[in-house]
Amino acid sequence: MFAKAPSHSTALGPGCAGPPLANPQQLSSAQASAHERGSHQPSCGAAPFAVDASMLRSTGSQPHKHTQSPYVTGSSVLAITYAGGVMLASDTLASYGSTKRYKSVQRLVKVNDSTVLGAGGEISDLQFILNMLDDLKTEDYCADDGQSLSSQELYSYLSRVMYNRRNKMDPLWNSLIIAGLEGGKPFLGSVNMIGVAFSDDHLATGFGNHLARPLFRKRHRPDMSEEEATALIREALEVCYYRDKQSINKFQIAKVTASEGVSISEPFALPTKWEYKAFVDPTRNAVGVW
Amino acid sequence: MAAPPLQLHTPASIGPASGPGDIKSRPAWSPYDDNGGTCVAVAGSDYCIVAASTRLSTGFSILTRDCSKLFQISEQVYIASAGFQADIRALQKMLQTRNVMYQHIHRKPMSASALAQLLGNNLYYKRFFPYFTWNLCVGLDPEGKGSVYTYDPVGSFERVGYSCQGSGKDLIQPVLDNQLKAASPLVLPSENWMTALPLEQAQDLVRDAFVSAGERDIYTGDCVEILTITTGGVHRETLDLKKD
Repeated sequence: MFAKAPSHSTALGPGCAGPPLANPQQLSSAQASAHERGSHQPSCGAAPFAVDASMLRSTGSQPHKHTQSPYVTGSSVLAITYAGGVMLASDTLASYGSTKRYKSVQRLVKVNDSTVLGAGGEISDLQFILNMLDDLKTEDYCADDGQSLSSQELYSYLSRVMYNRRNKMDPLWNSLIIAGLEGGKPFLGSVNMIGVAFSDDHLATGFGNHLARPLFRKRHRPDMSEEEATALIREALEVCYYRDKQSINKFQIAKVTASEGVSISEPFALPTKWEYKAFVDPTRNAVGVW
Repeated sequence: MAAPPLQLHTPASIGPASGPGDIKSRPAWSPYDDNGGTCVAVAGSDYCIVAASTRLSTGFSILTRDCSKLFQISEQVYIASAGFQADIRALQKMLQTRNVMYQHIHRKPMSASALAQLLGNNLYYKRFFPYFTWNLCVGLDPEGKGSVYTYDPVGSFERVGYSCQGSGKDLIQPVLDNQLKAASPLVLPSENWMTALPLEQAQDLVRDAFVSAGERDIYTGDCVEILTITTGGVHRETLDLKKD
């Protein structure tokens, strides 16, 4: 909403207004004062409507804090290893608070031929991370030596990026799971927004850490077949879907295996059953409550 | 009490939350977490024991049951760290880099006392945005005696005969005081401050300490790694703790 002196010239061609040659007019004193930093007063003298300059000034010496809370977020990502591969799963929802805002967002992303990234948390921060990973991939391509970053290397890289942004008090609001094959062996790594990073045979972010990991701890074996792994992860998804309000019944499963490389399924829905007695009558075993 | 006059977005109502009635009463984001864990070290006259639990927690959740808190710097020198795991990793990475530089410059591995000073300096370097880590620096001194250095997060440190750091500290340290009690190495005239316990008994004490802490401290459990450092080499054992 700045009042600007016209800067283009009819000399540029038809349709342009202004002086005939590149000879910008001097700003009037009213216009010049409107250009003071932080001032958004329209030069016409009307009340400002776009941004209240005093609000900008009130945070003046303080750092901006809008990056310290998420806006559009994804929920849990689940991941397990099995014989010869890794499997990840998540739904495709991006919520805006409690609004189911975007229902077909892919949160499992192929990074290279041996690695998949699964992400929960702020979706715009995820897209920023993916841009960075694209840059890394471009470097690998330019080197043209047939090498690409391994899962473990990507995990290390992302853990440093997340920790570095945490140090700047400007976190990337995500929980990440990096999954792939490291020297032919299944690898799973987890990084969160303050840089806590660890590796395990089964992982889950967000709600999944409460709901899915107890199932994994009970049922997971590193030598599971692919069918067993799929059954386990589908059951874990179902449990998360029943109790996680920020989830929808539209899931994707990603796999990384030595023989087939990375594959990410088309979105699918799980059969659900809401007639469980505990769902129909949640207080049946809690006499005296309503 | 009369309701306060309605205020829209005036400058005073923006900015950091100051009370429950404020527009933004959401708790501020914190760059820190406490991932728990316990470390114990005991220095003997010809050995040094260092042990750390492997559970990684946040709040009431377990993140993983198998996350080592021990970090080897040179053949007979280790760091054990509890607290915020991201800071622990950053600190370990920094120390490893400095260790490599040290070896290029001095053409010898870092001694325990050199690492002790380096760790203290690195912690103090972050005095006003500290590494939230509780550390022990452990190794053998040039005479082959055990040496244990104990730290606070901002780099104060002291050489001691035994120490405990992390979430189980309040439970274990008094027991060590009772069983291994010794004068400070700084008292004059100097007294023997190293434990007189033979190695096997000291190892048993460390095992008992972790098993007991695991009974009462929710952040200590799953497994404990116990390293015994002697001039003959480093012996590693693991002991399963309760997983509850």
